[in-house]
Amino acid sequence: MAATSNATMTAAVPTTASHAKMRNSLWWDAFRRLKKNKVAVASFFVICVYVLIALGAKLGLLFPDVAIGSPSMQYLPWSWEHPFGTDVLGRDVLARAVHGTATALSVGLISSGISLVIGLTLGALAGYYGKWVDGLIVWLYTTIDSIPYILLIPALTFVLGRGLINVYIAVGVTSWVTLCRLIRGEFMKHKDRDYVMAAKVIGASDVRKIFRHILPNVTHLAFVQFGLGFVAAIKIEVILSYLGLGVDPSTPSWGIMLDDSKLELSRPFWGNLAAATIFMFGLILSFNLFNDALRDSLDPKLKNK
Amino acid sequence: MLSYIVRRTLYMIPILIGITLLTFLIFNVLGGDVAGRLAGRHATPEQVASIKHELGLDKSIPEQYINYLHQIATFDYGRSWSTKQEVSTMLSEGVTPTLSMTIPPFLASIVFCIGLALFAVYLRGTIFDKGIVVTCLGLMSISSLVYILALQYFFAYHLGAFPISGWDPSFSGRWQYLVLPWIILFVLTLGPNILVYRSVITDEAFQDYVRTARAKGVASSRVYMKHILKNAMIPIITIIVIDMPFLITGSVLIENFFGIPGLGGMVVKALNESDFPTIKALTVVTSIAYMFFNLLSDVLYSVVDPRIKLG
Repeated sequence: MAATSNATMTAAVPTTASHAKMRNSLWWDAFRRLKKNKVAVASFFVICVYVLIALGAKLGLLFPDVAIGSPSMQYLPWSWEHPFGTDVLGRDVLARAVHGTATALSVGLISSGISLVIGLTLGALAGYYGKWVDGLIVWLYTTIDSIPYILLIPALTFVLGRGLINVYIAVGVTSWVTLCRLIRGEFMKHKDRDYVMAAKVIGASDVRKIFRHILPNVTHLAFVQFGLGFVAAIKIEVILSYLGLGVDPSTPSWGIMLDDSKLELSRPFWGNLAAATIFMFGLILSFNLFNDALRDSLDPKLKNK
Repeated sequence: MLSYIVRRTLYMIPILIGITLLTFLIFNVLGGDVAGRLAGRHATPEQVASIKHELGLDKSIPEQYINYLHQIATFDYGRSWSTKQEVSTMLSEGVTPTLSMTIPPFLASIVFCIGLALFAVYLRGTIFDKGIVVTCLGLMSISSLVYILALQYFFAYHLGAFPISGWDPSFSGRWQYLVLPWIILFVLTLGPNILVYRSVITDEAFQDYVRTARAKGVASSRVYMKHILKNAMIPIITIIVIDMPFLITGSVLIENFFGIPGLGGMVVKALNESDFPTIKALTVVTSIAYMFFNLLSDVLYSVVDPRIKLG
């Protein structure tokens, strides 16, 4: 018995090593396919531009005087100085949209980061241990999944109060269900495979088997889900802020801009609606296109198509 | 089969307990000082205490939970804090406006999107197919708020083609207020629906039976309409049933914008007015509805697809 396992192990280990050397892993494969996909490269570039804009805004390099306006400059039409005009308080709308990018990206990153950690951990535990642990976790996510998110998330931010941190929490703790379900399924498949058996034979602990052995084989799912969650979180933040349950009104946010624009369209002042829509469209569309390409490139079934 | 349905139905009991526990946790535990909120900022401690007593909030947490379960079982959620109406009456009155807003675009979207998805798969790999996919992704990249704001402004305010908002309780006078919300809801569902149907139909288009049908000389249109569509109906029906809670929740923002007195508009109003009993009741009732639709889709799936073995 021990001899067979050892044989499997020695056979398995060099293959992995040589694969890494040949840069022939799933990740390199995916990377190569992504690189060939022009749409993916272009959308990745756009996402990078957004990240730079957000960083620039946060570091005070872009529009540091975002909050400053004067009543005399209320609702200026567009000009070279103010491409989207100025809002009710005389603030530059473009500056608000640029700073809103930082808000949106932070919501996407932190909320889907939280849901990634919860989804991966619970999915791994449920799939690996099975039995009552699995039952409990499945019960938990079925319950969360039964409450429509359009009610669950506003209800949470409603009781937690408004503010950026509460948005992160409310979106993060409610949006891990899909990832958890996928990871659970993968762990159930993987836990009885030979390489996990081999790890068990050489005395690997459960923690080591879960995190060092199985997890790297399922992270591609997490990547795709992270991207989808990112987009969903940004969209939800906009709606929450519109409903008055999201960020504080003083925080620049596309949702607050859309809320403002509701009363401004009849003036007519289009600046807030146009700026928020254009900024959001560019970011979400690039993410959607990139996610699509990423999913295809990580799908081994589509390898030779 | 019957034993599966029974087992699946029984599994709703723990989920129901989960939903009540979670909503209880959100509103009664995380909710903080509910009585203080209701009493207002200038209330004396005695007033707050009497409100607490009235709402049963001075009892222990387990006792409160039992009361809460009793409320749900008897459909008695108390009175709304803002309108002072019975919450249960408000809910039942909100059902018809919501359904008359969501059902027509829901059905229209299914038919239209399946048709377009079939067309996209038929032209798979061509510029039309890619165009449809990119258009869908583009449509999905715009916030639903923008659609509502822009279309309401353009059609109702600028062109004056429809009333900006309003409601007529009679069925015959209702439609003029509903046409624009229908259009918006239809547009909102296009992107996700076409993409999901397209991927489902694509999966079927690569099956062996399709190749067999083609090989024996079945006309292409017949392959699509008879062979592929018929088999794709299994996942499509499941998707439709899973989407059905949309009939209740799909209209939250639109109802708010157009002043339609349905459940969705009620959600926004209750959140704005911190109307605890109403939010709580809406959350629980729609969650229970969700749960039933999930059950329905699981059972339907097993009935429709003979390949699914029930363990």
